[in-house]
Amino acid sequence: MKKGIEVSIAASIAAKLARVEAIAAYPITPQTHIVEHLAEIVANGELDAVYINVESEHSAMSACCGSSATGARTFTSTSAQGLELMHEILFIASGMRFPIVMATVNRALSSPLSIWGDHSDVMAARDTGWIMLFCENGQEVVDMIIMAFRIAEDRGVLLPVMVNLDGFSLSHVIEPIELPSQMMVDKFLPPYSPLYTLHPNKPVTMGAYAMPELYTEAKYAQEMAIINSKEIIKNVMDEFGKQFGRQYKPVETYNTENADFVFVALGSIGENIKTAIDELKGEGKNAGLVQLRLFRPFPSEELFSVLKDKKRVAVIERVMPAGAPNGPLFQEISSVMCTNSLLMHMENYIVGLGGRDVLPESFIDIFNGTACEKSTVPIRDKNFKVIGVRG
Amino acid sequence: MAKPMEEYKWHELNVGCVIEEVGNAREYKTGDWRSFKPVWNNEKCIKCGLCWLYCPDATVFKTNEGFYLSNLDYCKGCGICAKECKPGAIKMVEEGR
Ligand code: SF4
Ligand code: SF4
Repeated sequence: MKKGIEVSIAASIAAKLARVEAIAAYPITPQTHIVEHLAEIVANGELDAVYINVESEHSAMSACCGSSATGARTFTSTSAQGLELMHEILFIASGMRFPIVMATVNRALSSPLSIWGDHSDVMAARDTGWIMLFCENGQEVVDMIIMAFRIAEDRGVLLPVMVNLDGFSLSHVIEPIELPSQMMVDKFLPPYSPLYTLHPNKPVTMGAYAMPELYTEAKYAQEMAIINSKEIIKNVMDEFGKQFGRQYKPVETYNTENADFVFVALGSIGENIKTAIDELKGEGKNAGLVQLRLFRPFPSEELFSVLKDKKRVAVIERVMPAGAPNGPLFQEISSVMCTNSLLMHMENYIVGLGGRDVLPESFIDIFNGTACEKSTVPIRDKNFKVIGVRG
Repeated sequence: MAKPMEEYKWHELNVGCVIEEVGNAREYKTGDWRSFKPVWNNEKCIKCGLCWLYCPDATVFKTNEGFYLSNLDYCKGCGICAKECKPGAIKMVEEGR
């Protein structure tokens, strides 16, 4: 049965349903509700977990690494500056292969200080070796957190997983969400059985240093783990679909079969694009949407098979690429096209920075090719275009 | 580690490079990047033990006669022992090639 619930609260309930054993987190807007509610759940005795109060996100991620090393199922959550403060430990978590799950509530990075949503935080952390999932709505947040533990703890994966949800536009809205029963989650998610643990009875060394003779091999092994995780992620999504009736795929499509023009996007903005697509359909025009549920490992083959015969692709991003020719998602997609020796017409649009509203009209304007004319500053050709800058 | 590190293939490494064998650091002789080594002159030594106390690598040990020497498998040649030795019983000598 669906229940109207704030997405942040639902996210903390998902962590509880996953029976997490350790949580180390520091509050930061717009993530605070998640960890606040989890603290309550632990304090009430509803969840038998260790809640570690830390003085910063750097410590939060360090404590998560420590608890994961002892074999505890570990959860944390952060946002923006918090994610950047964790940055160096993000590499350590993935390099040491700790299956930590983190809900990242995406928010713009300072400066200027902004508490509102965009993807500048997660894009700055995209090559830290974490598996990255992106959610479109509250239901997906709950489902992805549960799936994230199954993926992370798979013996063929053993990598940390980040579940991304847009700040405010997801985290603070009340949505009808189906919360699965504890029995169903228990059936889907077995207790974490770690490969190695820190234990006095069988001491091991974790996080030793590697000389130049070994570092390349170590990094290659880690790379193969994240590349090979894609098939396992697909299997986990399929199994989740069978058991819970909600099927996910690394690359999801909306009206792409009939359309020569497709948008590619990440996160909650997909819902606005779908509204625009429906409106265009009413006018007899066909546009499609490609949504990436999985961003790391990058689902290159799946994406290529959807995009390969399209005439026009508009990549929508919520991050300022700072001196790059195009945004990060555009770069990844064009590199997939390049390696497949396919040159196609691709456009890159930057929208919704620092929480700026993006209405379906913007996407209709992009489809009609009028979006840039409506922007009052001249747009340089062949590079990314920022929608709605006042000149 | 069961074999020298340059012989490991990527798929032979433990997940997360965990080392299951305890105390294997002993196998690594870390003194090989030393360019100077301490040489003791026991005629000047007053057996105060400062060199033993100050060696940051704990490589200085006491001999049966109560004098001191450094385990050159681990000595880094930092020269702290020589600096702290008040009677000047320790001289830093360049390593031969
Ligand atoms: S040179 Fe440095 S490392 Fe070597 S014995 Fe003296 S103090 Fe110890
Ligand atoms: S510091 Fe000098 S005098 Fe003292 S024990 Fe060492 S070598 Fe001898």
